[in-house]
Amino acid sequence: MKIKILGSGCVNCQTLEKRMVVALDELDVKAEIEKVQSFQDIASYGVMSTPALVIDGKVLFQGMVPKVEVLKDMVTRFGDEGS
Amino acid sequence: MAIEVTSPAASSGRIVRRFLLIAISMVVWIIVYLQLQNGVDWLLFRFAGLNHDSRLSETLRFFFFEAPKVLMLLLLVVFVIGIVRTYFSAENTRRILGGKKTFVGNVLASLLGIVTPFCSCSAVPLFIGFVEAGVPLGVTFSFLVAAPMINEIAVVLLLGLFGWKTALLYISTGLVVAIFSGVVIGKMKMERFVEEWVFKLNSAAGERSESRPAFHERIDMGFLAVAEIVGKVWPYVLVGIAVGAWIHGFVPADFMAGIMGKSAWWAVPVSVLIGVPLYSNAAGIIPIVQALMEKGASLGTVLAFMMSVIGLSFPETIILRKVLKIQLILVFVGTVAAGIIIVGYIFNAIY
Repeated sequence: MKIKILGSGCVNCQTLEKRMVVALDELDVKAEIEKVQSFQDIASYGVMSTPALVIDGKVLFQGMVPKVEVLKDMVTRFGDEGS
Repeated sequence: MAIEVTSPAASSGRIVRRFLLIAISMVVWIIVYLQLQNGVDWLLFRFAGLNHDSRLSETLRFFFFEAPKVLMLLLLVVFVIGIVRTYFSAENTRRILGGKKTFVGNVLASLLGIVTPFCSCSAVPLFIGFVEAGVPLGVTFSFLVAAPMINEIAVVLLLGLFGWKTALLYISTGLVVAIFSGVVIGKMKMERFVEEWVFKLNSAAGERSESRPAFHERIDMGFLAVAEIVGKVWPYVLVGIAVGAWIHGFVPADFMAGIMGKSAWWAVPVSVLIGVPLYSNAAGIIPIVQALMEKGASLGTVLAFMMSVIGLSFPETIILRKVLKIQLILVFVGTVAAGIIIVGYIFNAIY
């Protein structure tokens, strides 16, 4: 599973990353989180508000920082499709 | 495919309880809001036994009345706007604006700038997304001017400290400045000052799972907005109101008349010149500005100062440099500043 966090390093992006780390930890899932920070790359996903979450190439949400519970739910629902 | 972004599972019992809780909170809110002045007066003059006429008690009275009032308004408006915003997204806005003509597009973009969720940190991805979708440059700029300038926090503070007329005035003049700046930038054909790579991008803006949240989920988003926004700005509100309260009690009346009053013709441009590089959020600046107005500063000058502080932010301009060449950034800042100055003069002339 590939998890990408799209965002240019704003506070919200960092919060999302921290929450994702917690979510993966609580689920006991090993996956690497890649930070996509260049605007070219962010734009290539068609994302217009940051932070955005991409799991296995799919944009799951943008412009928000959901709670850890919600992130866990997303990882379990969308993370296994690809692997 | 629906993606739930709030709680994974909400039982109907929980939803009913939540609606009840909201209804009760509303009633409590209204009662507290209406009785606030009496309550604060009782607390300060009867309970704490303060002297009515001292400067200190005037300052305290101002602070202990305005601070809870503004915070309460902030809770309510941020909650409502949080819900309203779930009906809008950057994608939808882009779809509406794509290929729109000048003026109609500018008006629409400015209006949508108020309600579309926007944070200055995503100004660049949004800019790219708009340009790629064929939204004209001038229309994009109308959006980029309106979105930060007319935000819910500014409107709440104006509503609480100045009253609804000034709040409405600020919104409408903000819209005028956004439309004007966008039309001017559009007419100047500035496309060549956008970094080339922006036009060469070919994003995979294909399938996007667009979910329609249930109403109770929208309400959850409202709560989320309150936690996030009010949680962030309340210290600024308190500091701003504290400084405002001090000015209110201790600075002599008419102190500002000579500097920011009507008679000084240079007051408007100087206010804008000071305001543009100054970067503060609405929460911190508006209470101070309100106190200055009480001491003789004129509305147009104050309005111009406020708009240039809130509307043009230095960090945002720096980020925009990634997609815009310096010429266009200067034109952008210059046009918006000019628009604000004109608004300032008009209001000084009318009031």
